[in-house]
Amino acid sequence: MKAILTVHNLASDLVTTIWTPVFVAIFLAIIAYAFWPRNKAVFDKAAHLPLREE
Amino acid sequence: MSQPSISKSMTSGESGLAVVFAVTAFLCVIASAKALDAPFAFHAALSAAASLAAVFVIINRYFERPAALPPAEINGRPNYNMGPIKFSAFMAMFWGIAGFLVGLIIASQLAWPALNFDLPWTSFGRLRPLHTSAVIFAFGGNVLIATSFYVVQKSCRARLAGDLAPWFVVVGYNFFILIAGTGYLLGVTQSKEYAEPEWYADLWLTIVWVVYLLVFLATIFKRKEPHIFVANWFYLAFIVTIAVLHLGNNPALPVSVFGSKSYIAWGGIQDAMFQWWYGHNAVGFFLTAGFLAIMYYFIPKRAERPIYSYRLSIIHFWALIFLYIWAGPHHLHYTALPDWTQTLGMTFSIMLWMPSWGGMINGLMTLSGAWDKLRTDPVLRMLVVSVAFYGMSTFEGPMMSIKVVNSLSHYTDWTIGHVHSGALGWVGFVSFGALYCLVPWAWNRKGLYSLKLVNWHFWVATLGIVLYISAMWVSGILQGLMWRAYTSLGFLEYSFIETVEAMHPFYIIRAAGGGLFLIGALIMAYNLWMTVRVGEQEVQMPVALQPAE
Repeated sequence: MKAILTVHNLASDLVTTIWTPVFVAIFLAIIAYAFWPRNKAVFDKAAHLPLREE
Repeated sequence: MSQPSISKSMTSGESGLAVVFAVTAFLCVIASAKALDAPFAFHAALSAAASLAAVFVIINRYFERPAALPPAEINGRPNYNMGPIKFSAFMAMFWGIAGFLVGLIIASQLAWPALNFDLPWTSFGRLRPLHTSAVIFAFGGNVLIATSFYVVQKSCRARLAGDLAPWFVVVGYNFFILIAGTGYLLGVTQSKEYAEPEWYADLWLTIVWVVYLLVFLATIFKRKEPHIFVANWFYLAFIVTIAVLHLGNNPALPVSVFGSKSYIAWGGIQDAMFQWWYGHNAVGFFLTAGFLAIMYYFIPKRAERPIYSYRLSIIHFWALIFLYIWAGPHHLHYTALPDWTQTLGMTFSIMLWMPSWGGMINGLMTLSGAWDKLRTDPVLRMLVVSVAFYGMSTFEGPMMSIKVVNSLSHYTDWTIGHVHSGALGWVGFVSFGALYCLVPWAWNRKGLYSLKLVNWHFWVATLGIVLYISAMWVSGILQGLMWRAYTSLGFLEYSFIETVEAMHPFYIIRAAGGGLFLIGALIMAYNLWMTVRVGEQEVQMPVALQPAE
């Protein structure tokens, strides 16, 4: 039981320490994805998606 | 068109669901007989009757239908499933009027307390959750289910997944509303704001919601359009997060499986923190993310303009997801909640200004090149004004989350005013605009029965909102100032009843505003009814004449 608690504490310490930089990194990656020049064509097409009726 | 002859047999879904409902009906009869309290017996009996009806409907539907299930495509074009959408759209209008009416009744009770009638079932304490649940979950929920099923099909160019599953979602959800609503009137509640339904209603909602998620995901998986449109991201965030919130806030243990009463797993401040993590994210993901999905599909479509910035919509989405989940503690300022948690909640609430206004700008700027349509199209005007109200209330919310502002505004009518500028102005108007678009589309009509009536609805409801929110601002700030007024000797200047007395004229104005909003909805219901009854059929272009893509 004590071993489990130690592992749990270590894991929760690790998570609570690193989640801020991890989340920030994920968010920055999303911004990069949104502004990546090669994605522009896909996004421009997607912006018109509601107008293409079938 | 000649169909190859197939020998007709029940699908595993049909036979399986029929058996499940038959067993459920049997169990509910037992539960009703052994019930410890009358409301539980009533709900068990109601569930037994509904289960039997479901068995009958499933078998009857099987005998009525052709041997083959509806095809996913006809002549290379998606064969969209509109039935469940029509049902949800109808229920949205029904619950909307019911919810606005109950709101008017309780607003009138506050102005004239005799309207309580001294009966338990009509007391403010029971009617208030009936009002909030009817407008948020019944009206708003049906609008979200109807529009999400429409948008996911159209933007994926694929028929809705499942045969019975979409019907299970729409009918099952409305049955949950029925159980919740009748429960409130009978005094069944777990006393958690916006999460009042008791354990058995919660369990049923969980099943319905998981099926909703599966139908939505399965439709996305079989999409013909490679890109997943941004509105679907917002709908998905709404569905997934509501599931998580619902499970997180409701781990209750019933006193008996044959009784309605249950106790929540944790108590005290932990329970309060969970409750407002749930409560605020219900605002963030039910009343915001879901309706933003409507904004991103219906405004471009109605304005016939592309989304102003698709990049901004992506950043809008993720910023909202990352920030909203932390804002809950601002509901617990100056309570036993640790100070740092309150400050954290406040900080994240203020950061929400950015995605909220980014989204608002994206919605409004989608009209560039089409602003003139606001003059001629009252439906588009309704959608655009809703986005303006979204901007207003998402400016006001973070401001009220600032602790010093909150020390004045908390527990006053200002909060009620803020909520209603968001609920009536943003959620209400964007829903009305979406339904005005959706009903002619789903029922295959050329257009609405009368744009003039939409115009009347718009102005009557707008006047109602203005009366409502300005009355509550004045009333709330007056109330807050009176509560904190001290005499030179350090005594409170006003007794509580004096502050109540001061509210009276504003309560009458508020009720008048709510009455106008209800009248607007009645005009709308008539207009939509006539659109379906006498509206001109849209002529379908013969497929052969379509140019090849």
